[in-house]
Amino acid sequence: MKSKGEYYQRDREWQPPALTPDYKTSVSRSPRYAMISLQNSISEITGPTFGHNDVDPIDNDLLRNYAYSEQSPIGERIIVHGRVLDENARPVPNTLVEVWQANAGGRYRHKKDTYLAPIDPNFGGCGRTLTDENGYYFFRTVKPGAYPWRNWVNNWRPAHIHVSVFGVAFAQRLITQLYFEGDPLLDKCPIVKALPTQDARDSLIAALDLNATVPLDSIAYKFDIILRGRRSTLFENRLEGN
Amino acid sequence: MVQKLDYLKETPSQTAGPYVHIGLAPGAAGFEIYDHELGQDIAGPNAKGERIRVEGTVIDGTGSPVKDALIEVWQANSEGYYSHPEGGGPVEEGFRGWGRVITDFDTGEWAFDTVKPGRAQGRDVGIQAPHINLWIVARGINIGLNTRLYFDDEDEANAADPVLNIIEWECRRATLIAKRSEGTSPQVYRFDIRLQGEDETVFFDI
Ligand SMILES: [Fe+3]
Repeated sequence: MKSKGEYYQRDREWQPPALTPDYKTSVSRSPRYAMISLQNSISEITGPTFGHNDVDPIDNDLLRNYAYSEQSPIGERIIVHGRVLDENARPVPNTLVEVWQANAGGRYRHKKDTYLAPIDPNFGGCGRTLTDENGYYFFRTVKPGAYPWRNWVNNWRPAHIHVSVFGVAFAQRLITQLYFEGDPLLDKCPIVKALPTQDARDSLIAALDLNATVPLDSIAYKFDIILRGRRSTLFENRLEGN
Repeated sequence: MVQKLDYLKETPSQTAGPYVHIGLAPGAAGFEIYDHELGQDIAGPNAKGERIRVEGTVIDGTGSPVKDALIEVWQANSEGYYSHPEGGGPVEEGFRGWGRVITDFDTGEWAFDTVKPGRAQGRDVGIQAPHINLWIVARGINIGLNTRLYFDDEDEANAADPVLNIIEWECRRATLIAKRSEGTSPQVYRFDIRLQGEDETVFFDI
């Protein structure tokens, strides 16, 4: 069997730069020196793995995982689903996907969020799941509301769900945000615009997926997540245990 | 026109934002939702080696502590093996080598307990000095920052470490060396991460 090598270099012209002045917080939190480019060693091609002991089946159902029994959160009921793939288009099975979001009114269940929209007693706002053997995942939730934030005085975040993914290597670790097709706030958001190209911004917009809806119950959005791919060639000197 | 390469593009990163705790450390956000939160126990009870505590702050370009950061830890066990199919060798039952910590909302201090890692194999030749891989996300950080923590009582190993040695500016290598505190039990190492400014921490594009 052919052993695998290192991960494809991250495309830093596609990913956001550290310094994006219109997103003001980045100004003092962006390194000024160039990063040191590191060819992968065992420390980067390995990473944490997760199993079914780590998550409960209900964890991916945000309609139920914090609701009082027989109750459910207020808002548009949605399904978010898709696959985790690598850049070679191969599925990434059994990988942990974690999400968090505001409620339908745009309020987070967080002690530092003071937005005047109310907390929903039936909505926690976080979930997690493992992809199946085909890299497939899904969540049930409510569509998050837009919310204001302090950047310019009148900035509003487009509706979004925060998404965290692991893959199988520390080099693949990724946090991003999922947006929704048709949101007029997308073109005005300095965080979205931290991405240098329109193509990159578009790749974070989940598509309305009528085929995956549950009629008379939940509308669906599809969101595939792509992690770094890996060379199929050997390291120069074979890593022990490879 | 040339033929099309059919690779996919990596999903672009976006900041974890100020409320990363809701998703990754909900207890800290102020509510209980999961039976157990992930990343609370790095080494587990069976891990061999020296028990240590690592503590520090994350400091921004104005010199202020960052109070809404989350740090993930990835390390080998005391024999230099990672808990992974390609980790180099077996690890103790319950040793994960992975954890996550947040910076305190008031002070910006973070800390985690673990065992001191051993020397993992190097990429090409040789062996790496004991180190802990760190990944930092926060509001204002558009894409997670990777760095490494080394130990100041490992001079010999550090001097031969292949990663420290590719940092051209020798004066900057010191930003990756955690400082051993005297007379603490378990042993405490101090590691402040500077996102910007004088003594900016070395970050890696891995
Ligand atoms: Fe948000």
